[in-house]
Amino acid sequence: MSVASQDNAMKTGRAARVFIYVFLLVFALFYLLPFFIMLVNSVKPLSEITGGNMIALPQVWTLEPWLGAWSTAQIGVEPTGLRPYFWNSIKMVVPAVVICTAIGALNGYILTKWRFRGDTLIFGLMLFSCFIPFQIVLIPMARILGILEISGTTTGLVLVHVVYGIGFSTLYFRNYYAAFPTELVRAAQIDGAGFFQIFYRILMPSSGPITVVCVIWLFTNIWNDFLFGASFASGGAAPMTVALNNLVNSSTGVREYNVHFAGAIMAALPTLLVYIVAGRYFVRGLMAGSVKG
Amino acid sequence: MGFLDIKQATKSYGSVEVLHGVDIAVEEGEFLVLVGPSGCGKSTLLNMIAGLEDITTGEIAIKGQRMNGVHPSKRNIAMVFQSYALYPNMTVGQNITFGLEMHGTPKADRDKAMGEVAELLQITPLLGRKPGQLSGGQRQRVAMGRALVRNPDVFLFDEPLSNLDAKLRVDMRTEIKKLHQRLGTTIVYVTHDQIEAMTLSTRIAVMNGGYVQQLGTPKEIYDNPANVFVASFMGSPSMNLMEGVVRMQGAEAAVEIAGSSGVPVLLPVNVAAQRLDGQTVLLGIRPEALTDPDGADKNARRIVTLSNVVDVTEPAGSDTFFTTTLAGKDTIGRMRADAVAVPGQVAQMAINMDKAVLFDPTSGDRIR
Repeated sequence: MSVASQDNAMKTGRAARVFIYVFLLVFALFYLLPFFIMLVNSVKPLSEITGGNMIALPQVWTLEPWLGAWSTAQIGVEPTGLRPYFWNSIKMVVPAVVICTAIGALNGYILTKWRFRGDTLIFGLMLFSCFIPFQIVLIPMARILGILEISGTTTGLVLVHVVYGIGFSTLYFRNYYAAFPTELVRAAQIDGAGFFQIFYRILMPSSGPITVVCVIWLFTNIWNDFLFGASFASGGAAPMTVALNNLVNSSTGVREYNVHFAGAIMAALPTLLVYIVAGRYFVRGLMAGSVKG
Repeated sequence: MGFLDIKQATKSYGSVEVLHGVDIAVEEGEFLVLVGPSGCGKSTLLNMIAGLEDITTGEIAIKGQRMNGVHPSKRNIAMVFQSYALYPNMTVGQNITFGLEMHGTPKADRDKAMGEVAELLQITPLLGRKPGQLSGGQRQRVAMGRALVRNPDVFLFDEPLSNLDAKLRVDMRTEIKKLHQRLGTTIVYVTHDQIEAMTLSTRIAVMNGGYVQQLGTPKEIYDNPANVFVASFMGSPSMNLMEGVVRMQGAEAAVEIAGSSGVPVLLPVNVAAQRLDGQTVLLGIRPEALTDPDGADKNARRIVTLSNVVDVTEPAGSDTFFTTTLAGKDTIGRMRADAVAVPGQVAQMAINMDKAVLFDPTSGDRIR
């Protein structure tokens, strides 16, 4: 959006400028406040939090809560920390995102450049899958995972997320490729390039922005998913979100708020990182897709 | 049996037939232009030759080989697209050699072929650039280079000049013609621009509504149009068409039309038209056949001079176009730039009736 607003920016007076900055600053602070509290409390000893002042900066700085949350905290009954679950999430999210993006790109390519009878109907059905609420599929999905003998495993979760993600990735790539000149595909056909060669050599190199959009969207959604993780992979294969819940809800001993805060930040960091690294392309890709499509 | 044979080719989308039994035989080395207004089926026909669209019925053969169902890359054709269709992620050099690479030509041969083509088209300094960094004319050359490097049997051009500005278009037109003369390749060229069609082609197929209206050399098409559509589509300004009545003058036929003052003018025609005596016909006269008496063709056998009111003059530098009223309609003529014509006054005009053509007013077909 920043790109568009810069283009149509109007000349404003000094007073208006000041007002705008103050207004924006207040809201930025308002939204950053929870994160500030999490961050501050994750580097405090527990005694300072229970002592009452959550908003103050720590008197004693410590990384102890972070180390605890990572490797020794009680998750359910095991004192493993979040570490194994973090890797569970990585093992779930990376294959799911890669598979979804690859299939979505291929679907988009076929639906726009290799039109066939009933292609719009198929696209409509795939689009429909984006709007099916998660809760509806829980029981049928559990049954299917059971039949495939991958229930309770990371592989099972990857399958679930791929099935749900393909609808979105197809939508993204189809709209992006709809604006891609068909004459290029025809030229490549005459040049003798085959189905996959056209895809790899002609379309893929131009798909950077939409791939970034798709990856960010899928990564965030799959990483943050709790329902599927809790339903299909509780126990040793649980993803980060479920483990965080178990950490916060464990009923043994004292509630270590500083450890909880550290764990929560850890669970949020990968998505935050993806945004910071690729966020610029996200906006660019969204614009490209929406304007041309 | 031609080099490229199109026999009774039709194209249907569902139940709608957009091309109706097209028959064209192109000889080796010919430059065939398909010309017509948008939606006449010319691009569809080109895509069918290229293999990008299926042939519904009929047959297309190149060098005697039936091409129905053959993949575009196996037809040994090359195509230049309207948008040039250069691969944006590849350099000029990669664009040119992509087809060779796909056909498994070794790298050394590819580079050699690329060098020759780049030399021919004078794009050697551009080989390392991306298409986005090129001007329209340069992209056009690269697109032609990509076609030339394959050394195909038939070149297909799909309105290749329509994205260029007017001056560049004329330059590239000359360049394409030079290239054709030098290489002697067979070319099928689609355009909606009748001047491009006239200047480039060795033969023209004028198309309308999915039919080939006329197939012939530029001169045949221009001087002997088969029907009203061809007559009015080819030529700029287009042919004047006026209604008149055939009157026999002894053995000679003449067409009677109304002059500007309502006085009838008798125009003798070179058509054996006894059978048409008293009938209404459409008389077609090209602007250059309606001129000042000194500018008229001295070798013409039937020159009719008349006095008529000049309505508007449009000096174009080399000639002066003028509008006068004949048969109750605005009629455009073309006189020498030095000839004197004042709007609103009567001037002497000469009509070269050797060049006049007659059409049936209901069917639009030529009366010979």
